[in-house]
Amino acid sequence: MYKFTASITKELRLLLRDKVGLMIMFAMPVLLVLLITSIQISAFELVNNSKVKVLLCNKDKGKGSQEFLSYLNEVGRFDLINVDMTEDDRNVGDYLNDHDAFVALYIPEGFSDQIAKKAEFTAGKALVEFGINESPDTLKMVKVDSLTIYFHPVLQQSLRRSIQGALKSVIQLVESKSMLNALYFSINGKPMPASFEKEMFANQIGIKERTTSHNGSRTIPNAAQHNVPAWTIFAMFFMVISLGGNIVKEKLSGSFVRLKILPTNFIVGLLSKQLLYLMVAMSQVIVIFSMGVWLFPHIGLPALNIPHDWLALIVVSFICGLSAISYALCIGVYAKTQEQANGFGAISVVILATIGGILVPSFAMPKAFQFYMNLSPLHWCLEAYYGLFLEGGKLVDIMASVIPLLGSIVVLQLIAIIGLKKKNLI
Amino acid sequence: MNNLALSVNNLSFRYPGQAKDCVHDLSFEIFIGERFGLFGPNGAGKTTLMSLMVGLQKVKQGHIQLLGKDIRKDSAAIKHFIGYVPQDFAFYPELSPVENLDFFGAWSGLDKRTVKERTTSLLEVLGLSDVAHKPVKQFSGGMKRRVNLAIGVIHEPKILFLDEPTVGVDVQTRHAIIDYLKVLNAQGTTLVYTSHHLKEAEDLCERIALIDRGEMVAYDHLSQLLERHGSKDGLEELFLKLTGSAYRD
Repeated sequence: MYKFTASITKELRLLLRDKVGLMIMFAMPVLLVLLITSIQISAFELVNNSKVKVLLCNKDKGKGSQEFLSYLNEVGRFDLINVDMTEDDRNVGDYLNDHDAFVALYIPEGFSDQIAKKAEFTAGKALVEFGINESPDTLKMVKVDSLTIYFHPVLQQSLRRSIQGALKSVIQLVESKSMLNALYFSINGKPMPASFEKEMFANQIGIKERTTSHNGSRTIPNAAQHNVPAWTIFAMFFMVISLGGNIVKEKLSGSFVRLKILPTNFIVGLLSKQLLYLMVAMSQVIVIFSMGVWLFPHIGLPALNIPHDWLALIVVSFICGLSAISYALCIGVYAKTQEQANGFGAISVVILATIGGILVPSFAMPKAFQFYMNLSPLHWCLEAYYGLFLEGGKLVDIMASVIPLLGSIVVLQLIAIIGLKKKNLI
Repeated sequence: MNNLALSVNNLSFRYPGQAKDCVHDLSFEIFIGERFGLFGPNGAGKTTLMSLMVGLQKVKQGHIQLLGKDIRKDSAAIKHFIGYVPQDFAFYPELSPVENLDFFGAWSGLDKRTVKERTTSLLEVLGLSDVAHKPVKQFSGGMKRRVNLAIGVIHEPKILFLDEPTVGVDVQTRHAIIDYLKVLNAQGTTLVYTSHHLKEAEDLCERIALIDRGEMVAYDHLSQLLERHGSKDGLEELFLKLTGSAYRD
């Protein structure tokens, strides 16, 4: 037992004196989580929560455009700001920049009249088609001038489509209402009563929104739910700098050679090293997750919602930590110099994080990459955490992610041990 | 049980990919309590032979026995009674001498109390008490040599292998190390020693083996070898006589 405690003490002393390694394992991920969550939160909110700022230039003073704008406000997604601008692209661009907006809407003069005339035409045509009226000579098709919508070049295509969809549905509503009014007036010779109109348009078919989950919990995905686990995994794998470097140093300093002739099995050394770094990984989880739970709400970021299944969270964190340790062990065994371990280790972790969905969510990746992400242990770590954080799953629900992760740990450990044997170090 | 500390029989070794043996058909014996010197020019095969004797390299051809135990069959038992002081520093420079000895002492199979006692006495004897808690990386070359030696002897091995233990140190440190080795030997430790300091070797070693290109060139009591080869000026003259004066590296 003394051998084991002495080994752990030795590793702890080396770790505590490795200031750069500690900074990389703790300070860097804390900063990354804070910065990236703060940056992403604005993009996330643009898509999910906050209103889209729309510059509005309404050259029409009629009832139709007022109604249109009233319905647009009811949608609740747009923050309309009235401006007086021309239709010239350059002019609109300047306005967008000045107002820090991404969208502008131009309503041409006579828009309301044109809608009203179009409604009269459609209603008249309908009455003819129904055989109620004869075809009057005055019935003439009216073309409504289109609204013009301007987008800032950086605005994503998906958001453009979503805004266009909202505008189209509002226009349709205004047109339908106008047409129904015209039809009512043609048949009854008086305007449609407000109560009837309200009854007709209030009774729309609703859409229920539900987020799927395993246990009925409703965790709303936000930037914290993705970033906190994602950057914790990244931090764990960045252990490669400290642990990988530690192994290279031991090889180069000749300590491995001395240990080989001492009457203690090298497994004791490997186990104590891994156990200590597993504790480091758990500390990273505690520090970064605590920050997500307690610090984030105080600095205007969404709080991290910890999954209900604590045991599963601990098990997954242990497995992710072990996976990171196994990877660092491999790099340390095969790297010939400290520079190789640091350089290759860091770059490879960034690549694995990229293809693993840490930097960009995997669903947003090109199809070709979606195969390669299966090769990244970080991907399986993230999938396991997603299963707990976003879907409220239990351990059994995330086995599809945990099993490949366990497999990769076994493979990486074997590769490391083979490397140590081949290099005559154990 | 005979009085042999170590016996090497028909030992040959070749590194993978090499055309020639690095150690070729070597046989010699070292007795318990002896101070034995292993000499030869650079590339003669001394360090490889040392690696084979301590078990760092696997013996594939020939036999090595330490205190009657075969190195291939009883390596676990042998590890308890041998000590090794490698030519290169083999410790953790970030740790202090006390922390290094604490770790290596535990791995040598000692209990915590024994490690503590021996650490105190070793640091005292080797003049490291004042710097016992400072990181070794801050030490001079001579101090690092003494730490390297202390780690190799903390478990009081019966046979101590020393590969150039005084390389790169000043005269004072060299004398201190040699004196300490004599004390260890007087307490019963068998010393197997290599060095390029032939005067130092003359002072320390009772018997020597001179090897060149992996083969045994001479092996006997130092005084008898000098007499046999008519080398009045000592080991250096004998060395040049038997191995030539051409560059070896």
